Formats: sequence, C-alpha cells, structure tokens
Amino acid sequence: MRVNFTVNGRPQEADDVWEGESLLYVLRERLGLPGSKNACEQGECGSCTVRLDGVPVCSCLVAAGQVEGRDVVTVEGLADFAKQRAQHGGCSTGATGACGTSLQDARQWAAKGQDSQTGEGTELAPIQQAFIDAGAVQCGFCTPGLLVAADEMLERNPNPSDADIREALSGNLCRCTGYEKIMDAVRLAAARQAEAV
Amino acid sequence: MPTNGAPLGTPTKVTQGSQTKGGIGESTLRPDGTLKVTGEFAYSSDMWHEDMLWGQILRSTVAHAEIVSIDTAEALATPGVYAVLTYDDLPTDVKNYGLEIQDTPVLAHGKVRHHGEPVALVAADHPETARRAAAKIRVEYRELPVITDEASATAPDAILVHENRDDHHIGHVPHPNIVHRQPIVRGDVAAARARADVIVAGEYTFGMQDQAFLGPESGLAVPEEDGGVHLYIATQWLHSDLRQIAPVLGLPEEKVRMTLSGVGGAFGGREDLSMQIHACLLALRTGKPVKIVYNRFESFFGHVHRHPAKLYYEHGATKDGKLTHLKCRIVLDGGAYASASPAVVGNASSLSVGPYVVEDVDIEAIALYTNNPPCGAMRGFGAVQACFAYEAQMDKLAKRLGMDPVEFRQLNAMEQGTLMPTGQPVDSPAPVAELLRRVKAMPMPPERQWESSEGADVRQLPGGLSNTTHGEGVVRGVGYAVGIKNVGFSEGFDDYSTAKVRMEVVGGEPVATVHTAMAEVGQGGVTVHAQIARTELGVAQVTIHPADTQVGSAGSTSASRQTYVTGGAVKNACELVRERVLEIGRRKFGSHHPAWATAELLLEGGKVVTDGGEVLADLVDVLEGEAVEVEEEWRHRPTEAFDLRTGQGNGHVQYSFAAHRAVVEVDTELGLVKVIELACAQDVGKALNPLSVVGQIQGGTTQGLGVAVMEEIIVDPKTAKVKNPSFTDYLIPTILDTPTIPVDVLELADDHAPYGLRGVGEAPTLSSTPAVLAAIREATGLELNRTPVRPEHLTGT
Repeated sequence: MRVNFTVNGRPQEADDVWEGESLLYVLRERLGLPGSKNACEQGECGSCTVRLDGVPVCSCLVAAGQVEGRDVVTVEGLADFAKQRAQHGGCSTGATGACGTSLQDARQWAAKGQDSQTGEGTELAPIQQAFIDAGAVQCGFCTPGLLVAADEMLERNPNPSDADIREALSGNLCRCTGYEKIMDAVRLAAARQAEAV
Repeated sequence: MPTNGAPLGTPTKVTQGSQTKGGIGESTLRPDGTLKVTGEFAYSSDMWHEDMLWGQILRSTVAHAEIVSIDTAEALATPGVYAVLTYDDLPTDVKNYGLEIQDTPVLAHGKVRHHGEPVALVAADHPETARRAAAKIRVEYRELPVITDEASATAPDAILVHENRDDHHIGHVPHPNIVHRQPIVRGDVAAARARADVIVAGEYTFGMQDQAFLGPESGLAVPEEDGGVHLYIATQWLHSDLRQIAPVLGLPEEKVRMTLSGVGGAFGGREDLSMQIHACLLALRTGKPVKIVYNRFESFFGHVHRHPAKLYYEHGATKDGKLTHLKCRIVLDGGAYASASPAVVGNASSLSVGPYVVEDVDIEAIALYTNNPPCGAMRGFGAVQACFAYEAQMDKLAKRLGMDPVEFRQLNAMEQGTLMPTGQPVDSPAPVAELLRRVKAMPMPPERQWESSEGADVRQLPGGLSNTTHGEGVVRGVGYAVGIKNVGFSEGFDDYSTAKVRMEVVGGEPVATVHTAMAEVGQGGVTVHAQIARTELGVAQVTIHPADTQVGSAGSTSASRQTYVTGGAVKNACELVRERVLEIGRRKFGSHHPAWATAELLLEGGKVVTDGGEVLADLVDVLEGEAVEVEEEWRHRPTEAFDLRTGQGNGHVQYSFAAHRAVVEVDTELGLVKVIELACAQDVGKALNPLSVVGQIQGGTTQGLGVAVMEEIIVDPKTAKVKNPSFTDYLIPTILDTPTIPVDVLELADDHAPYGLRGVGEAPTLSSTPAVLAAIREATGLELNRTPVRPEHLTGT
C-alpha cells in the first residue's frame, strides 16, 4: 500500500508498504530516518518514541497505515520543532499537531548546512543540548526516544518536580546511565527554558 | 529513496577552545554527543545498502535434542527468498567458534544443546519475508533429557553436553560436564577454624542476569570484489571477532574487513559472536549485502548471560571481630557452550574472599556445562556473584558478634600490601575502610519523604502509582557493602592494545589523529583518547579515526580495561610522536636556542616549550611539510596463570574498589521494595573525565540494583527453556525504580598505571546488589539468601 503523511513538516510518501509494517520500520527503512530506535519493537522501551499529531507514541506499535494523513515528529526534526515552538511563543499542542512545521519551514530546515561527519554547525533543541552538557548520553540508543518524551513533558510542564520527570519518562528505558544524568539534563533544560522566558 | 545510504564509520573531530585545554582531568563532552542527540549517529542496526537483503536465523525450539532432519524446500521456494543455509552449507572444515574453546557451532550439527540455538539461516528481500520463510523450515527433533544443574550434570550416568572434549581444561576437571575448576588453598583452614569463636555458613543463589543493552545485535555484511567481505558491526572487540570469523568463511583475515558501527551498549554481551558469521555467510552466498537485526525476543537468545550461581560459604571470626578463615564453593552455570566460563571461574575463585584479610582459605569455583542458556561475560564477571555471598556473610558475622556491620568490615578490610588468596600482594592503594567511612558519612535521605500536607505522594512509595500503600506497613532499612574487582585480562593473557597517532598541520593548525580499534560502546573511550592526545601533544584539535581492523588490536572493551590499556597505548604513542616532533624541531631550530639541547621540552598550547615555560617554537612551524605517525603496541605488567591445584599466582593486573550504602523502604505486607537512595564511594585512581566516571558509577550501580530486586532470566528446570525473553517479562530498572545515586570519587594513584588511573566500569556493579539486599534484610528481618528478591520472598506467600 501507499502511505502519505507528514514527517518533521515534510510531506512523505512511502510505497509498497506491507500492511504489517510499523511506523518505526517505515521511518527507519523506507524514509531514511533511523534516528528513532529499535531497542525492543514491543512497546516496552520507548526508544522509538515519536510524536503523532503531537502525542508521544511508541512508533513500533503504530501500524504504518494508521499514520495516513497525519503529522509525525521524530528526533531528526526535534531541533526545528523546538525552534518553531519558541518562535511562536510556545504552544499547547494537545493532540492537534498545531506545532507541526510548515512545509516552507521544513524546506529551510532541510537545506540547512551542516557537517554530517562531525555534527558541527548543527542547531540543537534545548533538551538536546542539555543531554550533551549534563552527560546524559552514553551509548545513546535510548537518547532519541528520551529526548522526544522529555521535550513533550517540558512543553506541558515547564517547571517539573523530580517526581514529575520520573513519571513522564518512566516509559523510556536506559541501560547505561542509571538515569541520574538524564534527570540532570531535564532539570537543566527546564532551568534554561525558565531563564530564557 | 532512503538516504541514510553508505555504511560509513563516523570520524569525529574534537575541537576545544584555547581557554579550555580539554586535557585529562577535565569533564570534556563526548565528541559523538551531537550525532547521538540528533539521531544521526549510525548504529549497527541503522546500516543500509542499496539492494541489500535481510537475514533471519531459525533457532531451536527445544533445549536438548538430536536433529533428525531439516527440510528447507518450502522456505527456499518462497518468493523473495535468496538463500537458505544449514550446517551442510558451511564452506570449510571450521564449523565452530568460541572465545577460548571453539565449542560453539555456527549452525547446529546433528544436535542442539540449548533453547534458541541457531539451526538455519534465511536471506530475503524483506525482513518479514525472511521471518516467514524461516518459519517454513521443518526441523524434526528427537528430544534428549536436559542437564540443568550440578546434580544432573555430574551424575554418574549424566549425558555429556559435549562428547569428545579435547580442550585444555579437560585434563583437570573432575567431570566432562565441568568446563573448568579452579581451587585456591592457602594457609591452614583447620587450625584457623579451631580458633574461631563464631562460625557462619550460608548457601546463596544468584539468578541469571541479562546485559539487556538497548541496541540489538545487528550488522551489515557487504561482499567485496576480491571475494572478501566487509562487516559493519557492533562488538566489544573487532580483532577477536575477526579471528573467529575468518576461518569459518575460509578467508584470510585481510579479506574480512571490519568497521565498528555505533554500539548501543554492551556490558559483556558483545564479547561473543552473535550474527557476525551468519551475515557474512549469507552475503558471500548471495553476492548481496545482508543486514541482520535481532528483535528483543531474539536478543535474549542471541547473547550469553551472567552466570547464575550457587555459592556455599563458611567464615569464622574471633569474638573481637577478626576473620579466621573462609571455606567456599562457587558453582557457576555456564550453560551449553564455554564462552568466557573459564575466565569467570578464575575471577570468582580469586576474588571470592572479597576485600578482606583472610589468611587461611579453602576455595573452589567451577563452571558447569548444562543445557541452560550459555553464560559468559557480564559487567563484574564472576566477582559479582561472590560479592553477593561474602557481603551477606559479613552482615551475618557482624550480627552474631553484636558488632556494627561497617565497623566489622573496616576491622577486616584489606589495605595496600595485603596478600590476595592467590598470594599476590595488593601493591597499590586499597582504601576499603576509607570508602566505607565515606559512604557511611554521606547525609541520609529524610525519613518518610512521601508525606506532605496533601497526604502521601504515592509516587515515592513502594508500589508507586499502583497506589498500594500510603505508608502503612512501610519499613525503612539501610545496608552497606563493599567489593573488589580486577581490572584488565588476567591469568597470563597477553592483554595488549595498539594505538596509531598522527600529528600534522591541517588548515594552519596542528592536529592530532588517534586511530585505534577500541570499541566505543558508550563508555566514553573516544572522549578520553582525545583528552590524552591534548595533554600529551599540546594540541587543541584531535580527530578520532573510526575504529576498524586497519590498525592493530585494542583488546576488548571489557574488564574495566580500555582507559587503562588503550588509554595507555594512546599515551605511549603520543609520547613517541612527541619525541619525533622534538627531533624535527631540533633539526630545524636547534641552532636558534640552546634550550633545544639542554632543557626538558614539552608540547603545550600548540607550541614547543621548556619545562620553565619558555616558548621555543610553534608546532605549525616545526611540522610544516612534515607529518609524524606512530603505531605501537602497549602492554601493562604481565600476569601469571593460577596454579591449577593451589590457585597461587600473580594473576591480576590491578584491583578496583567501590562501596555502597542502600536505603530502602519495604511494604512488608505486599513485599514491594522502593530503593530510596543508593550512595557510592569509589576509588578511581585518577578521574580522566570526572563526568564520565560518575556516569559509569551510576550506571553500574543501577545494573546492580536491577539484579537485586527485579532482573532474572527464568529457565524452566524441566525443559531448560527460557520463559521470559522480552522487556515485558524481564524487567530492568526504569527511572521510577532508580533512586538518586550520590557518588563520592576518591583518587588515590596506582603508580603502575597510566596517570595513576584505575579501571572504573565494573566495581560499582558488585557492591550495589548486596547493599540493597542488606537494606531489605534490615527492614524485614528476613535472611534472604537469593537474588533477585521477589515479593513472595518477602511475604512468604
């Protein structure tokens, strides 16, 4: 089957999709967006977390056909997504996908110069920068899903307590860090966000 | 079309500002951090190639059986299938592999020895096609009785898991179903036992833990024009893989090129091969690139686990609290294939006493061959199981003597100069008592922190949002533990590493390039290599070359060894580069200043300076038109094998120590445990990157927490089949299960090691588990001789 949907603001068309394929498979293997990760493929680890019309979901549990006509944001689009949100003075997406990137903006994003070898020149979302700065990245396999989930939480709750952070990220497994530096990173992003306002 | 195309490695440029020199001791940030937070970092499962096929492995559905027949016809006839391979398709006489003993079949031959053993391979144009075709392969099994424990393995009429063993351990084991046996005897246990005022004995059980790295086993094999193959792979040791892969393929090693892909964690689970040979076989058979990616279910069958163990311990002590002797017997279940079992036995026996002074010991450790899942390396490697047992013993002894458990440990703590049970002196700082003092001195988390004016915050209580208690029946407990782990490969292994360092002028700046085959698995070795190069060569810019087999072996990313050994190799290569650079400088500018000949010269801030700080030349001028490159192997002090009868020998390179204090709250009615805090103090010799060091300690601590209260692979004792191969049924700690982990880092230099550093990664995994158990015991008053603890163990239901 053919599936038409929007990924990081860009219309995408995936052809010859088998009905059993997940959104995760289509992103990774058909659209060249392997940032969403395949740690368990059974909805337990959160490493494949993306936003579907604004709502964080495990993309491994979403059948590709279900995303027809809908908006998806992946870790690859997170920096731009956060930038758009900041420029529009923040927004409450709910399930509306109102924060989705416009086509024009997305083109701009796609054309942005960056060195894929080193990541230099890459513009990062505040949560991405905070993960690097706080040492929240080790092997990094859980990182994309955690970033999408943490960014969504900070959008809803800009001033989270530790218990709030733990609750919001309880669907994302990390095996390397013991979560302490992840807590640090989310606190750091929240603090920087508060400072910037 | 997909654009994540070419399976390239990721060279990483590291630039530091002139303010921050970014050398050792600083918390520089990961060079791969940006790629990892943007989703661009190429893990082994992200590899993609035009026209590639997907490989699938058919695994045995039974644990022990003769294979009567395999019918692949229907699978082969499936549209989209390019190849189906069985044992009969293996191209050479080399059909087994293994880390030390080559006992593991690439594909089962006539027999399967454990649940999930690879039987056949399929390559197809879609992963689902490959899966469905594999399901169409008909394998007829004739089941055999299963060997599942010591009694069934060593019974007089026991079926041999491996007939006709010819490995080098068979001569000294009491039964062919025992992989390896290491006794250690020292002193006079009978006489020492007679001096004891109290004797405490216990039998302990340690469950089977899984590494549960998040990035599944995966890789891409690309056939090459010269008949060879290029494998992009996640592993812990490229050259060890290469040594095992090439003979099976019938290729010389130079025709099997290996490049490290992004590795999503390892923790020991990538020391053994998984899908490496399978992907290469399918690629060479079909002439097409073949990608294999395990799902989580398959991953639980695709790598070895931590050895489950039975540990029998007897200690004595005098009434003033001095340990008299230790008798212990450690039985590790190695499962169907040897993997790292012999080395795990060596560790378990030689570290079975723990960080204590006990002069009279009678120790035995064995690993069994059974039909359970194969077990091998996991963080802590034999020392973890022993620590669980000896720390439980310490608490029991302290209780019997009416002493404080921390003071009792401190009274018996080893120190620099103490002899190990192997007779090896501990010849660098061993601050065991000090680590216990520090961890005890940390402020305690407040009592009943869930209480608020609006009632209980259930999120902070055992049971959490399940809302099972508002504090009723909740009891707090505090427990302590300390452990000892060896660093590096032991028992006479030639544990070297290789580094290639190049220095040249690029774009008007001096740049160092560090090339090693070290597997970066998340630990941050790449960060540290750049720091070492900056410190030694005085440059701001360091490029970390992708790890591959175009440079000599770096040894394994395991045994807490990479910062020591490959870090040591990078330091050594940098020093040799520096000498060559200074020679060039003397040749070019020696006549300009007498200090070139007389002073101690350093490279700092892009310049050649005297030890007095006088600038002699700019590195750009020295290196103008010249590039300096050195590739060199580096070795730490050699070790010796343990004597096979007495266990004596200088078997270890270095020791690493950590202590934990656990604070838990237990809902004693429901048996639910909430770990409130897990504080750690560890000596790291020298923290090359403090941020990464703390990250290692917190990560290791959390894996220890996991096996204390939730993580266990359940194997049915009747069938030897794995019952919980998923993250639904095998639980690892979430962010809700994990407490705050305050860390106190001590830096007492080991003069034998580069920069005085001590391997960091494993020690915190040891003492975390027994500290949590001790805290639960204190809260409940129960004996708790097994880990992990489950609710039914606490409620007696």
